[in-house]
Amino acid sequence: MKVLVTAKRVVDYNVSIRVLSDNSGVDLNNVKMSVNPFDEIAIEEAVRLKEAGKVEEVIVLSIGTSASQEQIRTCLALGADRGILIETDVEVQPLAIAKCIKAIIDKEQPSLIITGKQAIDGDNSQTGQMVAALAGLAQATFASKIELNEDTATVTREIDGGLEVITVKLPAVVTTDLRLNEPRYASLPNIMKAKKKPVEVLTPEDLGVDVTPRVKTLKVTPPAERKAGIIVETVEALVDKLKNEAKVIS
Amino acid sequence: MNFEYSSQQVSIQQAIEKICASFDADYWLARDRDGVFPNEFVAAITAGGWLGIAMPEAYGGAGLGITETAIMAHTIARSGAGMTGASAVHLNLFGPNPIVVFGTEDQKQRFLPPLIQGQDRACFGVTEPDAGLNTTQLVTRAVRDGDHYVINGRKLWTTTAQTANKILLIVRTTALADCKKPTEGLSLFYTDLNRESIEVRGIEKMGRKAVDSNALFIDNLIVPIEDRIGEEGLGWKYLLHGLNPERILIAAEAVGLGQAALARASQYAKERVVFNRSIGKNQGIQHPLAVNWMELEAAQLMVQKAASLYDAGKPCGAEANSAKYLAAEAGLSACQRAVLTHGGMGYAKEYHVERYLREIMIPVIAPISQELIKSFIAEQVLGQDKSY
Ligand SMILES: Cc1cc2nc3c(=O)[nH]c(=O)nc-3n(C[C@H](O)[C@H](O)[C@H](O)COP(=O)(O)OP(=O)(O)OC[C@H]3O[C@@H](n4cnc5c(N)ncnc54)[C@H](O)[C@@H]3O)c2cc1C
Repeated sequence: MKVLVTAKRVVDYNVSIRVLSDNSGVDLNNVKMSVNPFDEIAIEEAVRLKEAGKVEEVIVLSIGTSASQEQIRTCLALGADRGILIETDVEVQPLAIAKCIKAIIDKEQPSLIITGKQAIDGDNSQTGQMVAALAGLAQATFASKIELNEDTATVTREIDGGLEVITVKLPAVVTTDLRLNEPRYASLPNIMKAKKKPVEVLTPEDLGVDVTPRVKTLKVTPPAERKAGIIVETVEALVDKLKNEAKVIS
Repeated sequence: MNFEYSSQQVSIQQAIEKICASFDADYWLARDRDGVFPNEFVAAITAGGWLGIAMPEAYGGAGLGITETAIMAHTIARSGAGMTGASAVHLNLFGPNPIVVFGTEDQKQRFLPPLIQGQDRACFGVTEPDAGLNTTQLVTRAVRDGDHYVINGRKLWTTTAQTANKILLIVRTTALADCKKPTEGLSLFYTDLNRESIEVRGIEKMGRKAVDSNALFIDNLIVPIEDRIGEEGLGWKYLLHGLNPERILIAAEAVGLGQAALARASQYAKERVVFNRSIGKNQGIQHPLAVNWMELEAAQLMVQKAASLYDAGKPCGAEANSAKYLAAEAGLSACQRAVLTHGGMGYAKEYHVERYLREIMIPVIAPISQELIKSFIAEQVLGQDKSY
């Protein structure tokens, strides 16, 4: 069985981002870039399935500038077998990304596609769902547990107010939630092995995909700064403020 | 000329950052307090295969260069692990290099895999109480007796000798009086740190409490010939081979620690409000931090230059020494400034920067002093008369 996982290059979650002074976007100059953390969880899950003998090959796919090779190498060091980069300098949006992934699904015929539930840059949470729709596959989003059976997968989903267990027919698209697993660190021997693993570079044109943005960003602004808090002397004062000032209790 | 890390180098940096993220400032503060060796940290580094970064692939290492090793050392120090984290693994990284370059096949088979797997821990016995920076004046003696040597003498500052089971030892095999030059008659051994013949006494010191440095009293230590690296009498040449990488690594650590201090200072300057505004709004506070940044970046470039020359097999003495000098100056200046930026809190342990200031003194002092680097550059690069 083949698994396809995605790895988006995003600003590292530890970086406190800065909005450009012309409000056109976020300053990416000299900023540390990493694999989207939810994608890391996807890679980890695929690698664990492989280690458990349920999967033969893990393919990692990234769509973005040539710099995304870095993230592919990181995933190869975490245990993926080979990489595919769809290289484009266009700022790709969820629909374009989903179309690219669909094209790779057609080409590679994986039995399972695991993506992050969202990328921490745009926080759109659209790609996995769009891929499933475009490819006509079952989907199980926000997974906190995946069990592979013969030709189905049993997935526990994190939903408002609890957990939902569903069974989907393979091939299926699963998107990862935070509690699915805890990704490992890349070990040095695996970083060395990653160097020798193949990475195929394609372009959207090669796949016949039009990645032209459909949505235009008008303005990016930083969130309002939080006001400093206050310290109240007594529980009574706190209750009074919550009741009468914040009006969050009555 | 390329100033960017390759994707593999980025992977190395990020993997080390991830390991270090599990050992936060409070962990290192606690080690500074209790003086317990950071075993958990070393175990995590060992488990990732990192001790073998610069060791040949044939013996289980990764076969990478000093460039990558310096990235690793820099990343450890910069995470806030400082010299405590860096020194805890430092010696295993490049210390065994004389074995790699000058050892026999049998020695490599015997010595390298256990070092890479973390079963063996090595320490480095060069400095002596009566020789100082004039290393060739060392007096610890090895006398040949059939198939072994008998060693007697003293070593000073030997780091990690409390936990190490192996020691790389440079000693005299021919008395100074019988040598044409002081650099002759020295030999290198890599052998068991036999505690029946070596008394290890910890030195109470200014910082890096959790990684011990010691005085060694060596009394009739028996060392088999098989543990001599290379030929008898050529130890100095073998030792010199490792000096440049050693300086590059320590420089990378100094830059990393300076950057850790600067990050804390910048954060504090933004947050601390006095006279109704953050102290960082004053140029008197922000300008020195900007200077620290520039100095650290420049030192880092020299580290990278020295490392890439070494990896390319080119002479790098001037660059490696300059890197050590510049990194120590930049690191010291940043750590000092970080304490000052914190005002009174800079003196409180819980703000961490006073610990950094105590630790940054190590790369200023060792493995070679700033004075001797200046003498070296004046002599070797500028053609001045030898002054020492
Ligand atoms: C924490 C720590 C860990 C260490 N770990 C190890 C280790 O693991 N193994 C090991 O072998 N050593 C180790 N050392 C020792 C270290 O390498 C030496 O301390 C260092 O090389 C300086 O030697 P010294 O202390 O004998 O100084 P000295 O040679 O006594 O010098 C004292 C001062 O005089 C100056 N000076 C001397 N001669 C001249 C001159 N001609 N011109 C101008 N100035 C001069 C020096 O620059 C220095 O400032 C460690 C040291 C420290 C502090």
